[in-house]
Amino acid sequence: MPGYRTLLKTTLLAAAVAFTLPAEAGKRDNSVKWASNQVPESLDAYFNNVRIGVILAHHIWDTLIYRDPKTNEYKPSLATAWRWIDDKTLEFDLRKGVKFHNGEAFDADDVAYTLNFVSKPENKSTTQQNVNWIASAEKVEQFKVRIHLKKPFPAALEYLAGPVVMYPGEYYAKVGPKGMSANPVGSGPYMVVEAQPGRLVRLKRNPDYFKESLKPQPKIETLELRLVPDQNTQTAELMAGGLDWIFNVPPDQAQQLKTVPSLQVKSGETMRIVFLTMASGEKTPTPVLKDIRVRKAISHAINREAMLKTVVGESARVIYTQCFPTQFGCTDEGAPRYNYDPAKAKALLKEAGYPNGFEIDLYAYRERPQTEAMIGYLRAVGIRANLRFMQYAAMRDSIREHKAGFAHQTWGSFSVNDVSASTPVYFKFLADDVTRDQEVRDLLDVGDTSVKAEVRKVAYKNALKKIAEQAYSVPMYSLPVYYAYAKDLEFRPYPDEIPRFWEYRWK
Amino acid sequence: MLQYALKRAVLALLVALTVSLVCFLLVNLSTDVATAMAGEGATAETIDAIRTQYGFDRPLAVQYFEWLGRATLGNFGDSLYFRTPVAALVLQRMPTTMILGASALGFALALSIPLGVIAALKPNSWIDRLTLTIAVVGQAMPSFWFALLLMYLFGVTLQLLPISGGDTWLHFILPAIALGYYAAPAIMRLTRSGMLEVLESDYIRTARAKGLRNTSVLFKHALRNAVAPVVALAAVQLGFLLGGSVVIETIFALNGLGYLAWEAISHNDFPVVQAVVLLISLVYIVLTLLADIANAWLDPRIRIG
Repeated sequence: MPGYRTLLKTTLLAAAVAFTLPAEAGKRDNSVKWASNQVPESLDAYFNNVRIGVILAHHIWDTLIYRDPKTNEYKPSLATAWRWIDDKTLEFDLRKGVKFHNGEAFDADDVAYTLNFVSKPENKSTTQQNVNWIASAEKVEQFKVRIHLKKPFPAALEYLAGPVVMYPGEYYAKVGPKGMSANPVGSGPYMVVEAQPGRLVRLKRNPDYFKESLKPQPKIETLELRLVPDQNTQTAELMAGGLDWIFNVPPDQAQQLKTVPSLQVKSGETMRIVFLTMASGEKTPTPVLKDIRVRKAISHAINREAMLKTVVGESARVIYTQCFPTQFGCTDEGAPRYNYDPAKAKALLKEAGYPNGFEIDLYAYRERPQTEAMIGYLRAVGIRANLRFMQYAAMRDSIREHKAGFAHQTWGSFSVNDVSASTPVYFKFLADDVTRDQEVRDLLDVGDTSVKAEVRKVAYKNALKKIAEQAYSVPMYSLPVYYAYAKDLEFRPYPDEIPRFWEYRWK
Repeated sequence: MLQYALKRAVLALLVALTVSLVCFLLVNLSTDVATAMAGEGATAETIDAIRTQYGFDRPLAVQYFEWLGRATLGNFGDSLYFRTPVAALVLQRMPTTMILGASALGFALALSIPLGVIAALKPNSWIDRLTLTIAVVGQAMPSFWFALLLMYLFGVTLQLLPISGGDTWLHFILPAIALGYYAAPAIMRLTRSGMLEVLESDYIRTARAKGLRNTSVLFKHALRNAVAPVVALAAVQLGFLLGGSVVIETIFALNGLGYLAWEAISHNDFPVVQAVVLLISLVYIVLTLLADIANAWLDPRIRIG
């Protein structure tokens, strides 16, 4: 049925493309009308866990630290300087003269109130992993604040440059999360002028945005986000001029839209990585995967470069360790590479006592065509993988209950550019660790808790090297995302999948 | 008549109870609700905490009766995703779905009754074949596909009508056509067969023998009797249309109950899924009950039989 639907839609799109006239709705009034198929549960950034909410948060609010998306360096934003006082204390000098959209002046009270409120578990912030490392925030002076950590957490700066945004303390104390969702107030380059739950969010350029911000002063006057659940409807609106910018366009539609003269299509790499997990721990339901030769055979059996060209799409890249290459601590230096070599895979299987291969269930929950391609490669070397395609929650349950041993997984690291947000999830004896290697766990723990950058790098490097040597998993590639937008809109994609409308403009 | 109506009402109540049980069990047995709510990356501790917090660790029977008790008072709990009362969400989205359902039914009636009459006047002619084709296509073509065809033709190529959203009445034209077309064939075939039967009856022959004009015979005498069962069918079709609004509202980004159901399913928002499914089922049950009673009132043979 999905294949039938796709064929119908592609045919229709191809026919429509042939008759479409150009249209750019937003250029006339210097606005950008864009769409998402997700509905944010709340516009309060701490009570939302969908991507569109994260994108809006970057436009409405600011963070203490700015991470340059081109170099990944940390630079000043609402904080002008910062320092580690000890392993568990960070001190920030705050910028003077910043005002929130409601006129409230920014100072240490805002930082302290925001962080103390959202880090309290009883306030039930949805994205706990973003704030559960904070013990408390303390005002030192009007423009100096200290953040106390529960334990050493070097990735704190990454969180303070990403999801941990600053609220106007007095306003937040008065209205709470519900009020903040209904009428969001921040200090960011755009302010919310209209929010209709489940329908649209309208943002207007903040004319008083602080000049020292490394986010450029916005040039586009109005941003109108509409919630359009169906991807084909979004495409139709884009072609008719009702929308100026859409994302997450399926690769087949992206190819069709490239032929529309009034549109541009661009692909960008994302931080979401794809990998195969192979349960080799004591409780594995697939004892065959305990044999390192079998795991290496699987690693050699799949042609990842060819998959990028055929089913994955442009802008993706092959990875050799289980993390996203720009993440702090992520490296494949010294890690063995299992290049595509079906003959070697067959030889390894024979050596392991499986000259005729074996049968195994492969669990998956998204990008089904990719799983099917993997199954084809495995079959070519004798491994008969049966596809078990299911919802993510069901697959995760099966893995955690040791019912599923071989799975096609993906991980987006919540856009956190630090290895602590990716590799440890699968190798630090947490629920999803199906290998349970003590040495790897200890190395990752050093990386996760040391505040010395060099110590962290070495620990992560050794952990990733050991994981690769043991072929505990098959790192595959990063996933791309396709954007389609009006021809005259200047746009640049970033791996964190956050469009930065404050730096875009109409030509 | 009263006895018949009471009997049907009791049956409807039993069906409603069964639907509520199925609706509750489908959601609770299809997946582990706590795991699904916890989302990607949740730890086992978080999932256990959710299970305890929401009472998912209690026996299913206890959970069902508690849920049913609250639901009969209009309290479906809070949406897990939007963190607002489900009843408020449903009431907020209901008008859009009602407007869509009524317009779709209006379109279906406006299309099918004239075509049904024409087909009956010229049975087995090319016109009859054409209406049959329209009916078959309407039944066979998936509504999402027809919706996309309309969207690309009238929205993208001709740019005559808005493609998505529900800001003005113009926004409802394409969704109403896409949804209503699915209901048209049944009404069309019933009108045709009703007209054929009536046109052969004695009183029509008498009317013609009295020298009445053809239009008068058709519209005053024949059609009025032929469409009586159509009224009952239309009520049932409205229930179908409300159910079908999940697909159409999602495609056309109309902020109604169907769209709410889609959002709720996407985010594992079980209280909302249960409430919407139950509500649409109840509307369908009530409409069917009213149709049964109306039919029995119009045709005494039904209530006696």
